[in-house]
Amino acid sequence: MNETIPDNAVAARMATSTPQAVALGFETVSMGVGRASMRIPWREDLVEDPVSRALASGVVTTLMDHCSGMAVAAVEEDRFPTATLDLRIDFMRSAAPGAGVVVEAHCYKSTETLAFVRATAWDSDPEDPIATVQAAFVLNGPQSVRPVS
Amino acid sequence: MTDRLKAFLDARPYAQFLGLKPGLVGDDPVLILPFSPHLIGNTALPALHGGVIGAVMELSALAQLTLAHPRHGPHQTIDVTIEYLRPGRPLTTHVRAVLKKVGRRIANIQVEAWQESPSQPIAAMRGHFLLGPES
Repeated sequence: MNETIPDNAVAARMATSTPQAVALGFETVSMGVGRASMRIPWREDLVEDPVSRALASGVVTTLMDHCSGMAVAAVEEDRFPTATLDLRIDFMRSAAPGAGVVVEAHCYKSTETLAFVRATAWDSDPEDPIATVQAAFVLNGPQSVRPVS
Repeated sequence: MTDRLKAFLDARPYAQFLGLKPGLVGDDPVLILPFSPHLIGNTALPALHGGVIGAVMELSALAQLTLAHPRHGPHQTIDVTIEYLRPGRPLTTHVRAVLKKVGRRIANIQVEAWQESPSQPIAAMRGHFLLGPES
């Protein structure tokens, strides 16, 4: 990945000041043009089942949605996603017991109004994914009032 | 019915993290997600995080499958398609799952989430789920 410091204000804010991202403990791994990578460390209160100790699939869904939105925000400074239109997730397997999850998202195409993203989640090996995502986002352009927080 | 739904939620730490409660709409079991500030994904609107809405719809599908097929389990999510229809406002959200087809191994489930009125859903989900082994 073409790593850069997350200097895009919108993207940086998405990583650090979104209440749900903070509550789940999301961390930004890297950002590049149209690309974002984030991780979530394992936590006991985020598992689906205390016996299997795997992070809940819903946690993976939220991380993938969030990271996909970051990848869109990382395309251009003045474009940012307003809403996820749809998100398709395929789950290959559960996360390993006690393992954190890493997501890498790529916004491979954007138009005036839409952005298209693919993302992959894994725990220890990117070649052995937990889940993959295909998502579409609605964009706001520079004419829109940017949200403040 | 709500007792069994409560047992499903109590067994899942992540459901507790979200603050999910069991409920009934008519005779249908539903998941109720009371608003809480930690669920916010967009502070400007403000709106619930889309991932949270997706996660609750997926849990609702798994819960409905567990209620209908209690001898099987645990069930696993194969794939889901989430369609976002309206922003999730900082209000209580209701989620209801309908089993469209349950085969020997695979279930097809459709889910809707709404806040003030079921006729104004905020999101919908379709997905496939793998039935757990019979115990």
